[in-house]
Amino acid sequence: MLKEIVRGLSTTFRQIFEKPVTIQYPEVKRPVRPRFKGRHILKRYDNGLEKCIGCSLCAAACPADAIFVEAAENTDELRYSPGERYASTYEINLLRCIFCGYCEDACPTEAIILGDNYELSFTDRRSAIYTKEMLIEPVKPGGKPTPQKVEPGKFTRSIPDMQDPQD
Amino acid sequence: MAQLISLMIDDKPVKVPEGTLIVNAAKKVGIDIPVFCYHPKMEPVGMCRMCLVEIGRPQIDRETRKPVLDEQGNPVIQFGPKLETACTTPVSEGMVVMGMSDKVKKGRQDILEFLLTSHPLDCPICDKGGECPLQNLTMEHGPGVSRFLYDEKMHLAKHYPLGDLILLDRERCIQCGRCVRFQDEIVGEPVIGFEQRGRSLQIETFSDPGFDSYYSGNTTDICPVGALTTTDFRFGARPWELKPVASVCSQCPVGCNITYNIRREARAGGRYVIKRVLPRQHEEVNEIWICDKARFAGYQYAESPERLTRPMLRRNGELVESSWDEALQVVAERFKAATGGLVTYAGGRLSNEDLFNLKQLTEGLKGQAILKSSIGGGVLVAQMGVAKGTDLGKLGAGDAILVIASDLQEEAPIWWLRVKQAADRGATLIVVNPRQTRLDRFATHTLRYDYGSETATVLAMINALESKKTRLPDWLAKYRPNRFQTAAAKAFAGAKNGIILFGQEGMDLPRSQELALACANLLFLTDHLGSPNNGLIGVWESANTQGAWDMGFRPSTELKEMFSSARAVYVVAADPAGDDPSLADALEQSEFVVVQELFLTSTARLADVVLPVTAQPEREGTYTTGERRVQRFFPAIPAPGGVIPDYEIAARIGERSGLKMENRAASLVFAQLAARVSDYEGLSYRSLAETHEQWPIIGRDDLYYGGTAYENTQGLGVQLMPSSQKRKIFQVNWQEPPVRVSGKGLLGVPITRLYDRGATVTPSRSLASRVPGPFILVNETTAQKLDMHNDAPVQLMLAGSAYSAMLRVDTAVPESVVLVPRSLGIPLSELQPVDIRVAETTPA
Ligand code: SF4
Ligand code: SF4
Ligand code: SF4
Ligand code: SF4
Ligand code: FES
Repeated sequence: MLKEIVRGLSTTFRQIFEKPVTIQYPEVKRPVRPRFKGRHILKRYDNGLEKCIGCSLCAAACPADAIFVEAAENTDELRYSPGERYASTYEINLLRCIFCGYCEDACPTEAIILGDNYELSFTDRRSAIYTKEMLIEPVKPGGKPTPQKVEPGKFTRSIPDMQDPQD
Repeated sequence: MAQLISLMIDDKPVKVPEGTLIVNAAKKVGIDIPVFCYHPKMEPVGMCRMCLVEIGRPQIDRETRKPVLDEQGNPVIQFGPKLETACTTPVSEGMVVMGMSDKVKKGRQDILEFLLTSHPLDCPICDKGGECPLQNLTMEHGPGVSRFLYDEKMHLAKHYPLGDLILLDRERCIQCGRCVRFQDEIVGEPVIGFEQRGRSLQIETFSDPGFDSYYSGNTTDICPVGALTTTDFRFGARPWELKPVASVCSQCPVGCNITYNIRREARAGGRYVIKRVLPRQHEEVNEIWICDKARFAGYQYAESPERLTRPMLRRNGELVESSWDEALQVVAERFKAATGGLVTYAGGRLSNEDLFNLKQLTEGLKGQAILKSSIGGGVLVAQMGVAKGTDLGKLGAGDAILVIASDLQEEAPIWWLRVKQAADRGATLIVVNPRQTRLDRFATHTLRYDYGSETATVLAMINALESKKTRLPDWLAKYRPNRFQTAAAKAFAGAKNGIILFGQEGMDLPRSQELALACANLLFLTDHLGSPNNGLIGVWESANTQGAWDMGFRPSTELKEMFSSARAVYVVAADPAGDDPSLADALEQSEFVVVQELFLTSTARLADVVLPVTAQPEREGTYTTGERRVQRFFPAIPAPGGVIPDYEIAARIGERSGLKMENRAASLVFAQLAARVSDYEGLSYRSLAETHEQWPIIGRDDLYYGGTAYENTQGLGVQLMPSSQKRKIFQVNWQEPPVRVSGKGLLGVPITRLYDRGATVTPSRSLASRVPGPFILVNETTAQKLDMHNDAPVQLMLAGSAYSAMLRVDTAVPESVVLVPRSLGIPLSELQPVDIRVAETTPA
């Protein structure tokens, strides 16, 4: 009987000196895995133009019908994205989203990616709807915010890097 | 009946009439042969080679001229060495068509590979993406890989405005020529065409302003790629996000079937909005076409922020918002007190249900139901109209169409198109108008007359007939025909079928009434009554003017007296004060004015009560076209809070005045209507919603064949039978035009323009640049006499008032005549002497 107690306590004492596995969330955060799928981010090019061209393909691919896009036409005076079309409204309802990542796959310009942020809690349904302003990443250093005034005829292609569809 | 030919297509036996093209024969049995340049409404050209198939024909023995048979007794089939185009090859007896063989598949792959050599493949941002024949056919028949170099793609203009309404993306065009052929073959206005050749071939517009045609929007429907887009829908939504709702165009009496494409929008606060208007197939009304007015103005007014949404009452001289209860109570009390002295003045924009209820209310209060119409003859159209089964698209050689006093393209564009096409098919087209119009080019007989003498012209034509039917009355004898009139009259009399369309050119009420009578006489004497494709059609100013006549509304020449002496005036969907300032004065004198409207019109501004209504796309109802076809429209978008449909307002006022009326649903009002209006007997919303299969088959999952027009699954409507079978010669009292054009006096003549400042057109964003300011038309000689030039700002003196306008020189205008378009700010409603002065230059 004594033997059992000693065995049990030895386990206890061994654990006391081991490194704890719990972390002090939210003060401390555990880094996510490379393929983690968190809240969406709308990307920009280095010059600040938005990658999203408002094509709604993400919305079409989404199995949860979580995305809503409205498009409008760019001009060289007020340019949001390369090419003719940009998303004037972009909303994701994160209560509907199942974080499947289909939207990422559908996007022809790699404009939308599922990021690292998993801290999604809402106090009402309305605030679960993330608008374009909330989703879009900040302009990188050296870039300009959108809309930009650009030199005419420079950004005529919506999908600039698509050389060969097989790439 | 053409001989039937039997053939095999993909192992399926097919029997079709002689002359049928292989693509169409295949279509009839549900086999798809992909096409790009072929369109069932146009002649085949064989330009794109997408439709290549293998065709085998029975081998014929040279001596016996009989098919050679093999051992089993089956005919020996000989296949050609090359693929052939199914769109240009007519069927022949015993033919065997292979549309799925390896050779054919390879052929399609190669054609698609070629078409894509310079295609931008920007499907993600292309408005056609999702309903694009090139995309769909590439997915189905394409090679999957291209051997061509990506870097050698041509980079061309992606936003090239062909006109104010249509944009061209030059990279996407596959040079199928459908748009060019549509404008040339179907419309007869070749304002766009090909420029350059080979790989540089591109579409260009040759008119000023660009793409100057009322039918331009249709090219975007039939373009098999996203090369042509409309300015209003550009990047508006992806096709798969749109829901279709069936409707009927509310802009003119043709009654084209349309589809509203709707979608919820964040921009509109999450409400459903109309994103675009597309044609809905009705082969007997509009085929698969609509005009640009329907496409670009037909709905935008409903979204206008100017819409009225609260009832208003006049208190201490000001219009202030009130509740519905209060407003209706006031109206009901005043109407009741005015029993016997109520005048209801309604426009033809209202649905049959509205007009029926308004008529019930007016009758119940012993008032008068007055129709807003500058032309008369609706009762005659009901009696002598075209019979059930009429289809302008069936008229051809041996038939005759007479168009009198109408600039048909401006007044009813799709009728113009169908009449023009009937003439193309060989129908005798008689155009009777004082000036040249766009229809003249297709006319067999063109008769001119002086403004005001249209009735005399028809009577002279009657006199030219050698009628054995009845002795012509003596009063007719004085109208002596000239040889042109005689020839035209004989041609009309000799035709198998005869239709007369009478319109609005230079017309006022008394004159058009007489004209309608004269036309009825002509139809009677030439035996063109009571059967399909025979009879009288009124080219009314509104979509449902015919319905208003049928519901018992009648226009009046004594509006002024009527308004000023009325104890209550109830103006619905009309703006008399805006049309004519003298009517505004008359309305001021009447005791009580109620206006039921969408917008705060000039009349609404001086009303005692203003009641806001639901717009057409927001509600249900029926319209009766000029050909007396009753058609349903459906609610597409939600109405703004606070508005009520017209029929319901009328019913609620009626109930408060002690009448029993139906206010619950349009269908129930229609049931009452069908029970009480004899011509509409037996109709119901259900019978109006019936359909049958139409040819060509369009709008299913093969958009490459017919384009993006919708299949009609929600109802073809029902055409009414003419109401009276009485046959007699009506007495016609033609009066010489009141003002004879003397040496230097000028005669003002009202005419109609498609793009005017009507209540439902002005709010259109897309058409804004196309709707002109006030202008008048004179010919060169008149302009010289006046010492004025084209585009000069002038003042038109009319009954003592001056109106600013632009003077435009048009060679087609007769001398000493000033054409004044209606609804553009100058209130000319009848032939009237006018004067033109140089505009006083106002210092800026
Ligand atoms: S991750 Fe999946 S569910 Fe979420 S928005 Fe994207 S496609 Fe829709
Ligand atoms: S995120 Fe990508 S797929 Fe979605 S609308 Fe923008 S460009 Fe299109
Ligand atoms: S614009 Fe469209 S319809 Fe016209 S030729 Fe090009 S592809 Fe054909
Ligand atoms: S022709 Fe008349 S009914 Fe047809 S679409 Fe044009 S305005 Fe509408
Ligand atoms: S060649 Fe037959 S469809 Fe174009």
